[in-house]
Formats: sequence, C-alpha cells, structure tokens
Amino acid sequence: MSRKESTFGNMVITLFLVTLLSSAALGFIYELTRKPIEDALLNKRTIAFNIVLPEFDNEPIKDMYKVGIGKDTFNFYPGMKSGEIVGIAIETTSQGYGGEINLIVGFLPDGTINKVAVLEHKETAGLGDKIIKSKSDWSTQFEGKNPEEFKLSVTKDGGSVDAITASTITSRAYCEALQKAYNALKTGGEQ
Amino acid sequence: MNQWKNFTKGFIKENPVFVLFLGLCPTLGTTNSAINGIGMGLATTFVLVMSNFVVSLVAKVVPDKVRIPSYIVIIASFVTIVDLLMKAFLNNPGPNFEPSMYDQLGIFIPLIVVNCIVLGRAEAFASKKSVMTSLIDGFGIGLGFTFALLLLGSVREILGSGSIFNIKFIQGDAILLFVSPPGAFLALGFLIMLMNKLSKKIS
Repeated sequence: MSRKESTFGNMVITLFLVTLLSSAALGFIYELTRKPIEDALLNKRTIAFNIVLPEFDNEPIKDMYKVGIGKDTFNFYPGMKSGEIVGIAIETTSQGYGGEINLIVGFLPDGTINKVAVLEHKETAGLGDKIIKSKSDWSTQFEGKNPEEFKLSVTKDGGSVDAITASTITSRAYCEALQKAYNALKTGGEQ
Repeated sequence: MNQWKNFTKGFIKENPVFVLFLGLCPTLGTTNSAINGIGMGLATTFVLVMSNFVVSLVAKVVPDKVRIPSYIVIIASFVTIVDLLMKAFLNNPGPNFEPSMYDQLGIFIPLIVVNCIVLGRAEAFASKKSVMTSLIDGFGIGLGFTFALLLLGSVREILGSGSIFNIKFIQGDAILLFVSPPGAFLALGFLIMLMNKLSKKIS
C-alpha cells in the first residue's frame, strides 16, 4: 500500500477535496430531482382528492385555504362542481404508534365523511397498516357517517368505532385525526 | 483472484446477513414483506457498488489517518443521492392509493449510512483492491444482501400476512407475530440455522 503520508497539510487538503466534491455532486442531484419530487407530491394529492371527494371540476390545490384553530392550522381543499361546493378535503394529522399519521378526509357539505385516504403513516406492517384501504376494509366503516351522531372513538372508550385487532393505539390516533378535521370543518364553516 | 468466485461469495460463503452478521438493523427493520426486502437490498447494493468504486479509486491518495471520515462522507453522499432519486421516481401511489415504495422504505434509507456492510467493504476490501475487483465485490455482496432480505421478507410475509408479493392466499390474519419485530429475530434465527446446515453440506 503506497498511501500518502498523514501530515497535517495532506489531511486538510484531502478532507477539503472530499467534502467539496461530495457537496457538488449532491447539489447537482438535488437540482435534478427537485422538479420530479414536487410533481410526485402534487400527483399524490391529486390522486387523493379524486378518491375522497365527490365528482368535481375545479382544481382543489389552487383553491386551497387555511383554517387555524388554536395552534393547529388545517389545509382546506374545496371540491366544486359548476361553482357549487360538493365537498371539502381536509389534511389532518395525529400521533400514531410508529409516528405521525397524515390523512386526507373528504367531507360532504353537511359534515358527513365521504372517504378517507392515508397520505403518510409509519404504523406496523400487518397490524396498524390496516388503516390503508388496500390492506383491509376497516376504514370503510367511516364512510357516509356524520361525526355528529357517529362518535369518533373506539368502542373500548365508549365510541362507535370498531378498533383494529391488536392496534388500538393506531385506531385511536386515526379517530383523533378525523375528529380534529371535523372540529376544524365546524369552526371553519362558521367563519 | 477468480472474479466469478469473487462475485458469488456474497450469496452463501460470505453472505453479509447469514454468515458475517453485518447490517442486521435494516435487515430486521425492513423485511416485513418480500417487496420491501428487495427494495432495501437493491438500494443498499447501489450504495455498495458506488462507494466501493469511488473508495478503490481514491484509496491511494487518502492519508491513513483521515481515511474513515473520507469514506463516511463518500458513503453518506451516495445514500443521500439514493434517497433523492427514490423520492423523485419511486413515489407514485397505486390506483387505490397503496403506499409507494418510497413511503414504505423512506425511513430506512438514511440508515444505509451506518450499515456496517458498506463501510466494512470499503475499509477491508475496496481500499486494498483494484477498481474492477472492488466493483464486482460490491455487486456480489450487495446482491447477496438482497437475496438474504428477500428470503427473510418472504418467510415473514408468508407466515405473518398470509400473502406473497402482496398477493393474499389466506383470508384474514395469519401468525401476526412474524410481522412484528420479535418475529423478525425468530425468523432470522431459523434461517441462519438452515443456511449453516446448507453451507456445511456444500463444503
């Protein structure tokens, strides 16, 4: 092995060059992927709106407005058909078992839950990830229910929701996120 | 060294998971389904090949005392590149809003930086061997790692979820223990036992 000697000057120059080249490469890749990453996130939301809202003909992302309650701010995405509001999609979040659960909830104008899509979650595979519709039809029990009479907490806590077997924390977090969104809808509607 | 032997040693003889016991953290963490295992394995393979390549190129001009920090910077850069690329191009949810590859593996990708296999190969192999040999070693070890993750992921998915590659063959729940962390240790233990038997028979 014919390595360079470990003199102070040699070491400084080497580390400087290594970090310089690495950051140049990273900067280049970052610029290259910035647009595709933005598109991917946008595309994800667009697919979510098509699922959670009834048929609409506007662009919910463009019509987005924010509603703040307390220290939380919620993004409201109204879905409109020929100028009339047919539903509102609300982004909501809560602390689950493995991390944050991000949901998009579609409400009809009267406050009834239309459909829910999971944007992001870190729940256990095979257990908590049954909140995703492709894994289990657990989340369909919320569809068409109005939180006014459908109590958004698990039966163990005196609510109307059947919890996922062995995933009570996840089920509670899911309900909490929906409740938050519903509360925001209520106060947002009065403004 | 015979390059074919150099390539194939990663599968059985020097399999990073079953024989060297390196990189067990992502191994246990990501393998709750077969497809996750493959994704994580291929991401690691990419980092391994690229870092082996660059390290074998620069090994002669890096002074001994700063070689580890230099290697870590090189590895971390490639991991960040994988993270950005996956976020950009493997981030489309399915038609029924199934989570994308990036959603499922995203949190484990940064962990490749501290995966002992990558630094281990850079320090023990690539810094002493030629560029070509290091590249082939990276591919071999990386694919061996992918093979181990696929095997473990398949076993856990079949036993734990009653499905393989997301195709269900048992209705309802299976042995839930196997998709949870304790099941990962159990399944890995039995697989190591089997692999030991197998490699003894071969040699």
